[in-house]
Amino acid sequence: MAVRRLHPDQPAHFAFTAENLAWVNATIAKYPPGKQASAVIPVLWRAQEQIGGWITEPAIRAVADLLGMAHIRVLEIATFYTMFQLAPIGSKAHVQVCGTTPCMLRGAKDLVKVCKKKIAEEPFHLSADGAFSWEEVECLGSCANAPMVQIGADTYEDLTPELLDDILAAFATGTAPTPGSQTGRTASCPEGGPTTLSDPALYDGSRIGQWQKRLSGGGTAPPVAPAAPVAPSTPPAPSAPPAASACVSAQSETGAKPFVHPAALAAMANSGMVKELEARASGGKPISASELANLAQLARLQGPQAYGARPDDSDGAGR
Amino acid sequence: MPMLADKDRIFTNLYGFHDPGLKAAMKRGQWDGTKLLIDQGHDWIINEVKQSGLRGRGGAGFPTGLKWSFMPKADPRPSYLVINADESEPGSCKDREILRHDPQLLIEGALLASFAMRAHTCYIYLRGEYIREREALQRAVDEAYAAKLIGRNNVHGWDFDLYLHHGAGAYICGEETALLESLEGKKGQPRLKPPFPANVGLYGAPTTINNVESIAVVPDILRRGAKWFEALGKPNNSGTKLFQISGHVNKPCVVEEEMGIPLRQLIEEHAGGVRGGWNNLLAVIPGGSSVPLVPAELCQDLTMDFDALLKVKSGLGTAALIVMDKSTDVVRAIARISYFYKHESCGQCTPCREGTGWMWRVLERMAEGRAEKREIDLLFDVTKQVEGHTICALGDAAAWPVQGLIRHFRGEIEKRIDTYHSGHREAAE
Repeated sequence: MAVRRLHPDQPAHFAFTAENLAWVNATIAKYPPGKQASAVIPVLWRAQEQIGGWITEPAIRAVADLLGMAHIRVLEIATFYTMFQLAPIGSKAHVQVCGTTPCMLRGAKDLVKVCKKKIAEEPFHLSADGAFSWEEVECLGSCANAPMVQIGADTYEDLTPELLDDILAAFATGTAPTPGSQTGRTASCPEGGPTTLSDPALYDGSRIGQWQKRLSGGGTAPPVAPAAPVAPSTPPAPSAPPAASACVSAQSETGAKPFVHPAALAAMANSGMVKELEARASGGKPISASELANLAQLARLQGPQAYGARPDDSDGAGR
Repeated sequence: MPMLADKDRIFTNLYGFHDPGLKAAMKRGQWDGTKLLIDQGHDWIINEVKQSGLRGRGGAGFPTGLKWSFMPKADPRPSYLVINADESEPGSCKDREILRHDPQLLIEGALLASFAMRAHTCYIYLRGEYIREREALQRAVDEAYAAKLIGRNNVHGWDFDLYLHHGAGAYICGEETALLESLEGKKGQPRLKPPFPANVGLYGAPTTINNVESIAVVPDILRRGAKWFEALGKPNNSGTKLFQISGHVNKPCVVEEEMGIPLRQLIEEHAGGVRGGWNNLLAVIPGGSSVPLVPAELCQDLTMDFDALLKVKSGLGTAALIVMDKSTDVVRAIARISYFYKHESCGQCTPCREGTGWMWRVLERMAEGRAEKREIDLLFDVTKQVEGHTICALGDAAAWPVQGLIRHFRGEIEKRIDTYHSGHREAAE
């Protein structure tokens, strides 16, 4: 966990522009009615963009009011998620250097040195002219192109200290360099060209439709009618949610494969009994009554209706 | 083992050499006869995915078809499919390539999976940093809507809405229940299970959460048949997989290969070999930062699949290989991973919130040698106190790399402690 607090100097007001407000309303519409709190991250993000790269305290209040959330809930979001900047960032570039092990192995520490030298000794501090700031972030998911930095929406990959120098110089003059690999690679393709995907038949459309005879009767598999019941060769979990008491109902059928409640299977899954589960769920070794009872307890089986929907989080308070 | 044939590859635009747009994607065979697949019925799809042996590609390797079968079939509440594109496991960079270069594979898979689970709504949760990837995916979604492939009254006869959602920089949101919390507009703190998401998930409704790659391979499995997929790879570890090779190799890359490919072949055929040659290998983290490292002596005949890696007390995870050659300061490399988990702990459970920071601080001292030898056992003991004592697996993920380090490189830590102490004794004399 990182301790993150709001900046001591805060502006007095925040209001979305009309254009952004329309965008916010469109975003809220992605979620079911009454669930507008779901939009909080995208909306705060838009606020951060409008402010110029950081989140202010009035913006937190405004977003909370807009989404019908308690102010504290949005403050929690703004401090929990580390992409919300809580202090002003460089006006031309905020450099996020990935420092996690895959990048570290390929020289991320040298990139940090460049930032310390060219921008500021400490992360989150503005450069003397206010144009740059930097921070070390955790894995940015471009590990095959390590080391890398993210500036704004773009990533700059396969870096060396010299290349980072050039990128910073370009931003200083206001010309954003071309994002992506800085050594001329295409995405995560191995340097020097791909080792795979050279078959032209993948791209000429010749494979289209060839597979269909399998399903339309002429192929090896038997045709299956729409919405057919599960093929008998793989007895899966039961086809309908059982009644509350049904989870152990099948034990009386001696010799017959006992029926395993889906939630019991889920319980096995979540306690890491994958092997076990594959055998049991596909009709291998029968499950004993006591085992099933244990699993039922593990899954707190009370039938689906006992769970019901969760009480509405009308106060946004969460669990 | 021969290299996977191009005709058996699913991700044909992995590097973006071709147009990711809808028309070009269709020429590569995507959205080909999707209606015919849907006409086979909900249960046929689930069954086919089950028979293919597909195991989840997000790390845990849980059988995907089985997971889908947990969804209730007659429930008054709406069902949801949520696709986990919060790719944040250090070393992992595969979903990114799907999102930006082959997005239609994912969108078609989302429709088929949602139909199989009787869901009409799907949310794709992308990590906040993937801004360009989100834009690329949104373009693809818009194209699919415009072509009436998805949406209300689409050509497939199954009303289906697909929305993109994003986070803002929290690794923990890759944990499925934390992801749901985040999607509901809260801090990403994992939920206690049970109830499981299949019973009480997003907005209290039945929900299945799948990784991007798990969903993106579904259309090809259905078209070519479960038998085709099952025949690739090894028993119980079937199919193809996107491998990501980073660290000290000559040509780091992402590549699709068969499950069970020998580690050495993977590195030498696709990634240009270990820097300085195979004999310069120190260790490999085979599945993203949360799995224990495997020292070079165990790598010689190691194959890349769930079961073989479990045998060497590691894991396939997301199949993200972090390769370390002999120049690596392995204690610092693992200490940096410990720092990552300290940074990303959500703070909900005490063993993880306090333990991750504690482990990191001790490892930092050990990297300098500024420690006592008895602390190595103490550190191992603490990892065992964290592992299994937290709501989610982040505690385990923080503990395992440290355990792997102590298991295989205890001598290295002891050597540093000796060097440090002898240096200081001399200074004192």
